[in-house]
Amino acid sequence: MDVRSQIAMVFHLDKCIGCHTCSVACKNVWTDREGTEYMWWNNVETKPGTGYPTKWEDQDAYKGGWKTDGKNLDLRSTSKTKLVPNIFHNPTMPSMDDYYEPWTYTYDELFNAPEGDDQPVARPVSMITGEPMDIEAGPNWDDDLGGSKIYAANDPNLDALDPEQREQMRAIERMAFFYLPRICNHCLNPSCVASCPSGALYKRGEDGIVLVNQERCRAWRACVSACPYKKTYYNWSTGKSEKCILCFPRLEAGEAPACFHSCVGRIRYLGNVLYDASRIRDTANKPDHELVDAQRDLILDPTDPDVIKAARDSGVPDAVIDSAKKSPVFRWVKEWGLALPLHVEFRTFPMLFYVPPLLPVMSVVDGNVISNDTDKLFADIEKARAPIEYLARLFAGGNAGKVRYALRKQLSVRLWRRHLTVGDISKEIAEQALREAECSPEEADAIYRLTALASMDERVVVPPMQREQAIEMLKDPHEHKQSAGFGFRDGPMRV
Amino acid sequence: MSETLSLPDVFDDILLFAVLPYVACVLFLVVTIQRYRQRKFTYSSLSSQFLENRMHFWGSVPFHYGILFVLAGHAVGFFMPQAILGWNASPLRLFILEVTGLAMALLALIGLVNIVLRRRANPKIRKVTNLSDWILYAMLLVQIASGIGVAVGHGWGSSWFATSISPWLWSLLTLNPEVAYVASLPWLVQVHIVSAFLLIAVFPFTRLVHILVIPNPYLWRRTQVVIWNRPRRSAGPKS
Repeated sequence: MDVRSQIAMVFHLDKCIGCHTCSVACKNVWTDREGTEYMWWNNVETKPGTGYPTKWEDQDAYKGGWKTDGKNLDLRSTSKTKLVPNIFHNPTMPSMDDYYEPWTYTYDELFNAPEGDDQPVARPVSMITGEPMDIEAGPNWDDDLGGSKIYAANDPNLDALDPEQREQMRAIERMAFFYLPRICNHCLNPSCVASCPSGALYKRGEDGIVLVNQERCRAWRACVSACPYKKTYYNWSTGKSEKCILCFPRLEAGEAPACFHSCVGRIRYLGNVLYDASRIRDTANKPDHELVDAQRDLILDPTDPDVIKAARDSGVPDAVIDSAKKSPVFRWVKEWGLALPLHVEFRTFPMLFYVPPLLPVMSVVDGNVISNDTDKLFADIEKARAPIEYLARLFAGGNAGKVRYALRKQLSVRLWRRHLTVGDISKEIAEQALREAECSPEEADAIYRLTALASMDERVVVPPMQREQAIEMLKDPHEHKQSAGFGFRDGPMRV
Repeated sequence: MSETLSLPDVFDDILLFAVLPYVACVLFLVVTIQRYRQRKFTYSSLSSQFLENRMHFWGSVPFHYGILFVLAGHAVGFFMPQAILGWNASPLRLFILEVTGLAMALLALIGLVNIVLRRRANPKIRKVTNLSDWILYAMLLVQIASGIGVAVGHGWGSSWFATSISPWLWSLLTLNPEVAYVASLPWLVQVHIVSAFLLIAVFPFTRLVHILVIPNPYLWRRTQVVIWNRPRRSAGPKS
């Protein structure tokens, strides 16, 4: 067993209000430089929808992630044999048109335009060329199902539905939608790292954060194609790839990443989990519908004495093991089985999990009519407007049972709390719902607490980052004694 | 060029074929190493495929495959002149080699023209094109066009390369330059030679440095890259 610690995340989609505060927080901190204007390390998509970049989930086109025949795991398009002949032109790389051309407005003209008969206007200009441009797309162009006949109708996940269900999703007036905030998943089996010809991408051993070494990146662009989530971005100005760094400078100071910190709906949970790195490759060879369970099996119980011993043997510091015991991610993913990985069938083992949305709980589809059945308060999840098959395609490799389990448990918690706080649902009904969802009243209370009441300290449990070790490794503390003061990179020299 | 041609012949030849090569190589070595050590960040292929995808294919791919083949041909002629002469002993094989070489050079030229047209036409690509790029493209055009001119106008180059250029290059390499080997060659060949060394001289100042960082270790490295702050007590192997 090779036990490692990984900083993992949970986004609770039932709580996401789609406000994009996370995206803006991230943009202001990291990606408002030249070459990065189009990048949204954090973005929020409306589902169903084609997302950002457009149709990123369509791996028949982008060929990202891994494929397996049950024994051999290989990158879908950027394996060694395919990368070398394609190095001069990457056939599956998205171009700026697939994202959008970033623009700003000529705000100056509002103040500086010469006096005239017309009201001065701020025209849109390209942030690449500086020339006036017609805006044709943006990073969240289909927000709230805007233009859904073009965007939502082309959602790759709709392939999972039969014609009747598709029609049901397609009828705009009756369409259900929810938000999908996305950042880099900091995967256990990252295809971006595996594809990098220069070896510039790497996973930090201590916390699993995936980074790009800017000095080693040579712009071969393999990572952009290889990442099935399209979360590595090419900086057209510097000629280097960049990606979400999980705000590691903030984490190292014990603070939540900017997107977590700013989240209005408090949907974001962060904590480290222990996992067995020696089993990753075998796990990745399993068939799609087994992958959710298989990935969960990689994550180890930090309270198990055997695991603790193995973790110590693998060099995981005690403080990090203790932190894993307090991890909210472990509870959502392992203990409760509520949080699911996004597109686990890409086989990268994303370490960002999603609690699937229970939306819209009070409405059911009855033929062509949407019924807001207020008598029953909570409708049957099977009749919910977003078909479970759709959610299963997103979050469970097509295994609807995993989604059904998570939704049923969430619904039972609501019934249970309704019984306790309002009292118009009888104890028998609430308890029966819990039993059917394999959930105890204690567990239901814990889920309720972490969903609705948890403070920042409970939602974000940053493990100790052991920075002193890193610093000792990089620099001998005595190296600069009696030499340079601050402010010199190479030291002051006479010649 | 026109100025140097008016100089006495012997000085002309020495400057071009005995001094310039050394200056170019010294510049190449010193500046590449200095740049790699002090401005490593600038070592990038600076791909612009992200900004424009379609024309990129018709420029980059033919240029690179064409120029790689042609360069490989030059290298074989330099390192193994006897092998080339042996191959060329049969007229049919000589003809095949000449035609293939010319075809690959034309491929490179077409690619380069497409690259230049793309950079001129697309405003986004113009944004990421600087003066050194334009100079480089002009020099490459001269280089490839003169090479094609030589191939067409002074045929069977693969054979006479082995008996004139190769010995001259070896004389340079052994620090005993003998300009006589190349002094009497046609002017187009001389242009090709001088232009080649000028390219070597500007190499470290341009985006050409990406040739030096081709990702060969990738073919042998492990799939995943994990970097630890310090060596682990028991690092289990990870595939």
